[in-house]
Amino acid sequence: MIELSYREAIREALREALLDDPRVLLMGEDVGHYGGCYAVSKGLLAEFGPERIRDTPLSESGFVGAGIGAALGGLRPIVEVMTVNFSLLALDQIVNNAATLRHMSGGQLSVPLVIRMAYGAGRQLAAQHSHSFEGWYAHIPGIKVLCPATVTDARFMLAQALADPDPVILFEHVMLYNRQEVVDAPTLTMEQAAVRRSGRDLTLITWGGNLPKSMEAAEQLAQEGIEVEVLDLRCLRPLDKPTLFTSLKKTHRALIVDESWRQGGMSAEIAATLTEEAFWLLDAPITRVCSAEVPIPYPAHLEQAALPSVEKIIAAARALQGLQPRGQP
Amino acid sequence: MNETKLHVTRDHLLQLLSAMIRIRRFEERCAELYQQEKIRGFLHLYCGEEAVAVGVMAALGPEDAVLSTYREHGHALARGVSMNAILSEMYGKQSGCSGGRGGSMHLFDITHRFYGGNAIVAGGLPLAVGLALADKMQGRTAITVCFFGDGATSEGEFAESLNLAKQWDLPLLFICENNLYAMGTALHYESGEPKLHLKAAAYGLTAQEVDGMNVVAVEAAATQACQAIKAGLGPQFIECLTYRFRGHSMFDAQLYRDNLEVEQWKARCPISQLSHWLQSYQLTQSDIAAIEHNVDEEIAAAEAQAEAAELEPIEQLLRHVYTEGAS
Repeated sequence: MIELSYREAIREALREALLDDPRVLLMGEDVGHYGGCYAVSKGLLAEFGPERIRDTPLSESGFVGAGIGAALGGLRPIVEVMTVNFSLLALDQIVNNAATLRHMSGGQLSVPLVIRMAYGAGRQLAAQHSHSFEGWYAHIPGIKVLCPATVTDARFMLAQALADPDPVILFEHVMLYNRQEVVDAPTLTMEQAAVRRSGRDLTLITWGGNLPKSMEAAEQLAQEGIEVEVLDLRCLRPLDKPTLFTSLKKTHRALIVDESWRQGGMSAEIAATLTEEAFWLLDAPITRVCSAEVPIPYPAHLEQAALPSVEKIIAAARALQGLQPRGQP
Repeated sequence: MNETKLHVTRDHLLQLLSAMIRIRRFEERCAELYQQEKIRGFLHLYCGEEAVAVGVMAALGPEDAVLSTYREHGHALARGVSMNAILSEMYGKQSGCSGGRGGSMHLFDITHRFYGGNAIVAGGLPLAVGLALADKMQGRTAITVCFFGDGATSEGEFAESLNLAKQWDLPLLFICENNLYAMGTALHYESGEPKLHLKAAAYGLTAQEVDGMNVVAVEAAATQACQAIKAGLGPQFIECLTYRFRGHSMFDAQLYRDNLEVEQWKARCPISQLSHWLQSYQLTQSDIAAIEHNVDEEIAAAEAQAEAAELEPIEQLLRHVYTEGAS
């Protein structure tokens, strides 16, 4: 039984990728000499050299576009954007090039690019350093969006992303890097959702950094007799609808936990999809726990008040469980 | 740096002239077809700038990579992309070079290493950095050539891409087509430093300025730049001083410039200049007429093909979003 931190798991995944395929390179700010902003790539420069562990200047649009061009040219680049907060500078390259080149060229061009980004809040880094935009990226046809929430997924999803011939963005929540877990054998495809906890009363749908909070909430709710089925989406685009519907057929109640803002967030997409395609499975309106409609504040008490929490998830689950269909007492 | 001696033979000059005439006639026909609504969306014509595309392409080999902008018909034709495929693409037909999916601004042809075609000003520059990086890291000696206009030199991606090219010592040739206007914004409203090649020199690139209306000068500069890249002297930048005789696009009322200026530049037309020069090499009016006749026949054939070609069935709408047949 191997236990690794999420950080170590990604590092192992990177090492494996670099060893397996000479076309793979890692490029981004401070991935080399600094060892990675979150220490993920520590030691890789010494092992693989500066051509393959490539420190970039502060040029998000430039080096993400270069990653796209390099993928067009036959390499298998892994571009690290330090955080999703800085990725906004590269949105044009991602949306107007990476996502569209296959389509605009009538299928001639392939962009086998992997982009990794840290995301999320919880470390009092304030408004510009706390975003969750994985839902924005999941809006774009032509890219795929992954959110590994477990150490096992951190270890094995990168290889799947590299094997995918289309652009894949991997989102790594900053609060997960220190988590230690046993690494299991990978059993799921890149696009499958995972039932992390089985339950009959309601389906809690989440991904990435909110999985630990959701599991903790589920534990506490079990003690009051509410059995929560926790579904880790793992992949936001494409959405694993069959797994969602299978769960809802059992529980008939859906609670979505999403760290981005409520209005227009990923949770809204999931709720719309469930309403359109699983309406008759539902016994109650879909409930969402999202961040408050405010830029994430600096002081700990306000930041925690803004973000989803175990307490808020428990309260939402209790309320959802208490809702009865019309005509029933 | 030694002066590059070009082998300027009559045959070679005739080829350059034919290539420019071909682009000019094609663009003029596209304007007519656009008015007939055969071509839709945006149409950005290259009339006046032919010497840049033709001169640069003459310096390249088939292994080299080319990126252009939305004003790309001339580059695509000069690069060898089939006229049939280009026109069919603008008709939105399935036999177009981009399967009919892209239109005028998104011509792609991987067999000629022609990577489009970009509707975002300066959007292709980072791609060029990556293509050059891929060639270098995989031990290939190909050169990547990236065309863009004066407007692009104001975008952040210009600064980022030139810096990356120099930092990583890439086999990359930047061609700036300075036609004095970014859409309707004249150069002096647009760039604090009007000598655009100096901006490139500030990033450490070898940068030069050339008369973009003189195809021989352009070819000489591009050939020299390619040789420098192959000699390991790093990425190169050529600012081509040129002019577009027509508006930015078919929607442009050209309120921002006066006719006198346009006429002055037309007097320096690259086709006229080379024709006149070749007349001292026994080029006759009937020689030119023969070239034009051949070109017009080719264009007519391309039109007939485009008309007859099929539209992609609507049932196939969702194709080309992801790789087909994968996982």
